[in-house]
Amino acid sequence: MQGAAWLGKRIAELRRSRSATVGAVIISFWVFIGLAAPLVSPYSPTEIQGARLQPPSLEHWLGTDHLGRDVLSRLFWGTRMVLFLAPISVLLGIMIAAPLGLMSGYVGGRLDAFIMRAVDILLSFPTLLIYILIITSIGSSVIIVVIAISLGSIPPITRIVRSLALDERTKDYVNAARLRGERRRYILLREILPNVSGPIIVDSCIRVGYAIMAIGSLGFLGLGIPPPTPDWGGMINEGRKWIFSMPWTVVAPAAALSSVVIGLNLLADGVREIAQQR
Amino acid sequence: MQQSTPEPVLQVDDLEVAYATRLGAVKAVRNVSFEIWPGEALGLVGESGCGKSTLAFAMMNHVAKNAEVAGGRILFRGEDMVRKSGRELNRIRGNKIAMVYQDPMAALNPSLRIGLQLAEVLMEHKGAAGDDARAECIRMLERVHMPDPPAIMERFRHQLSGGQQQRVLIAMALLTNPSLLIMDEPTTGLDVTVEAGILDLIAELKRAFGVTILFISHNLGVISRIADRVAVMYAGELVEQGSVQEIFRDPQHPYTAALLGCVPKISAGRQQRALQPIPGKVPALHKMPKGCIFEPRCDRAQDRCRSDHPDIVETAAGGAVRCFFAGSPEIAEAAGTQSAAGEGGHAASGEEVVLRIEGLRSYYKAQEAGLGGLDGRHKRGFVKAVDDVSLTARQNSTIGIVGESGCGKTTLAKCIAGLASPKSGEMDFIGVDVARVVEQRPRELLKELQMIFQNPESTLNPRRSVGEAIARPLQLFGTVPPREIRNEVVRLLEAVRLGESYYDRLPRQLSGGEKQRVALARAFAGRPTLVLCDEPLSSLDVSVQAAVMNLLLELQQKFETAMLFISHDLSVVYQLCDQVAVMYLGQFCEIGPTEALFAPPYHPYTEALLSAVPIPDPSVERTDIRLSGAVPSALDPPSGCRFHTRCPRKIGPICETEAPPLREVTDAHRIRCHIEIDDLKAVAPVLDPK
Repeated sequence: MQGAAWLGKRIAELRRSRSATVGAVIISFWVFIGLAAPLVSPYSPTEIQGARLQPPSLEHWLGTDHLGRDVLSRLFWGTRMVLFLAPISVLLGIMIAAPLGLMSGYVGGRLDAFIMRAVDILLSFPTLLIYILIITSIGSSVIIVVIAISLGSIPPITRIVRSLALDERTKDYVNAARLRGERRRYILLREILPNVSGPIIVDSCIRVGYAIMAIGSLGFLGLGIPPPTPDWGGMINEGRKWIFSMPWTVVAPAAALSSVVIGLNLLADGVREIAQQR
Repeated sequence: MQQSTPEPVLQVDDLEVAYATRLGAVKAVRNVSFEIWPGEALGLVGESGCGKSTLAFAMMNHVAKNAEVAGGRILFRGEDMVRKSGRELNRIRGNKIAMVYQDPMAALNPSLRIGLQLAEVLMEHKGAAGDDARAECIRMLERVHMPDPPAIMERFRHQLSGGQQQRVLIAMALLTNPSLLIMDEPTTGLDVTVEAGILDLIAELKRAFGVTILFISHNLGVISRIADRVAVMYAGELVEQGSVQEIFRDPQHPYTAALLGCVPKISAGRQQRALQPIPGKVPALHKMPKGCIFEPRCDRAQDRCRSDHPDIVETAAGGAVRCFFAGSPEIAEAAGTQSAAGEGGHAASGEEVVLRIEGLRSYYKAQEAGLGGLDGRHKRGFVKAVDDVSLTARQNSTIGIVGESGCGKTTLAKCIAGLASPKSGEMDFIGVDVARVVEQRPRELLKELQMIFQNPESTLNPRRSVGEAIARPLQLFGTVPPREIRNEVVRLLEAVRLGESYYDRLPRQLSGGEKQRVALARAFAGRPTLVLCDEPLSSLDVSVQAAVMNLLLELQQKFETAMLFISHDLSVVYQLCDQVAVMYLGQFCEIGPTEALFAPPYHPYTEALLSAVPIPDPSVERTDIRLSGAVPSALDPPSGCRFHTRCPRKIGPICETEAPPLREVTDAHRIRCHIEIDDLKAVAPVLDPK
């Protein structure tokens, strides 16, 4: 009951911003497709349905791929991978980076210097290089992809959380908490964290978009989720050879990918807008 | 002050300004009529949110996008501003009517040199050529008493102090020789010494050049200094108008009387400690009362006030007032005498000592500005924020600390609280050595020392309800058994006059004054021995300030708390404190019982501070002592006596070479100065104690 009321309120707030509304609609659409993939997909995503590289038709709305699988069904099932793995890897990243950033910003001094230099070292590598390094040395699996992406997101999130905490630390409510002898843990998690969570959420929306692109890139490079599991990046890679003759095998997953990323960005912008109005 | 010209510079008739909002059209300014005559200064006062600034901008027909002048006329030298086109208005704005704003920092362009910004005004409005404009600008800077004008012309905004920036803006406003100068809170946010200098300048410009001024301020003391006539604004209407003497001596409207009643005064005598706050707050624009707009807060309201809206009527003294009962004797009486709550000041000595500080020092590393610090060639200095301070605070008494900004008041409080670490010195709090940060102090001690902070906006956690904020210390300190916590929170909320309905509210649903009340309740929840107050009133409206100040006194008496009260406002300190320390560049230059400190012998710095305080009484005569320049950097304080660079009573080279001795006037009253006590005693009192 309370949950429904809370949700209702949030939805009412979202509707105040146009970009948030559009973003939320796009994301909800893909979440629905992902959840309902077995129901809405006309065919199996992995079984061969007939002739290879068929153009779009009434039976196969987006045609078939180089092995004769239904592109639409693969696209729908692929949603699951993308919309499940990307948020998980970002969440994992936040769970590690947020405490690091909070400690770094609030405690300062040597701890801050240590954490920040470690972060700088990680930041000095191109993120893709880190992914490739991890995946090629351990081997490709769903879990490894998630770990690689969350590891890549730790440095930037740590930096953002740190600067937010640095700002909050000087506020008088934190001083008041120190004066009544609150433990450091309490100050970090109960006083500061709730006040920096807004910007962290906005940032993570965008970051989920990055993660989706990263999964796509890895799939494209053949380092992503191992076949035959449908994955948008992998689909783009597979369709690449026929991009001029049979563009649908590439265009469909690419369009899906960018619509999710754009939806997330719109949502993030809108949430920021709403938070500022409050 | 009216000169021979029969025509007013500005004549406003029945002005109405309306805003289109989500809740429909609201009228922020209603039925406002007034005139300003040549050479006159009209002071406009009122609490925040009364429409003062809206009115000021409307004078130039410059209103917000969603606002419009909905009715009435604004005649500027006989021409109606409302009917003018944008082009015509541009010729008048900044030329015939000039404006000086509250925040000089925001009014100057940070990336252009001062000279260019000044000259631009002349080139734009007068078509002056570069060299002529420059010469004129230099002349104008001299006129506002800027040191070395040609050098100032080459500087950027950040190279000037706040007071200098405001002088530049005044010069800029005067460049085109405007017929009307609108000043919107021009001294708010400046130090009291700097403010006094700016007010001197405005008074001088008015006297010497006959500048016509519309002067807006919430500070009655400042208004009484500058204005010839005063208009009092409340919730969008003018409720009273009259000459400055009449308004301050014999206010006709209950709101004017109430405003005067809630201002702490140095001249009023310390026995009348309780101020009279105005209950309630300014009504929201879409919820205006049907009858008299002040009726809900007026203690003399009758049935008629609830149903009928009073018209402006002329008073016997030539003013105008919007009240049915103007002139009835009880209003004047209420303003004149105030009921004395509390039995005067309590004995400063005799009570138990709770805090003793000896030779406390607190330095912090200076931030290196710019890139210079990167290569390590520049030696990083230490800001000597607190440098050898000793004081004693006793139970049930209040010690005040005053001084300009940057003199180390806040660092001292933070040191005592344990939020900053002391470098050396002794700090003994109820028998425990506390010369360390709060995390290293014994936990049982923490509940005994609490602090109330300056900024109500950041003092409460925005995500925590009022109830939770007050309950947390109760729970942590075990002040009451767990199942009693809620009741105790409600009792505390009632003690700060908020009530149980506030329990579940979030800080963003509270006004500044309400937030500060919650902070008060939170600080007193654990029944501390000592409460540190760091300018808790400075960001509040006068009417709210009086209420919070009374509460503070009430809570102190109830819990017999010792208080350390930091303020830049000497009148507040005078009303609230038993003992006062005057701080300059990290040191106390004078410390003593309040009455002794506000009378000779003074330290020259105390004398200058006292002479700068704006007093809301135009009849008070006092000596004008002005300090030149700003507080020197605490990074490298002046040798000898730290005050010698600005001291108006400097006696010779000894002031520059030797640190002055701490001279004892009485046991409790000490002055750090080279001048003999007997000579200091001979100084005439700044405030004439009539």
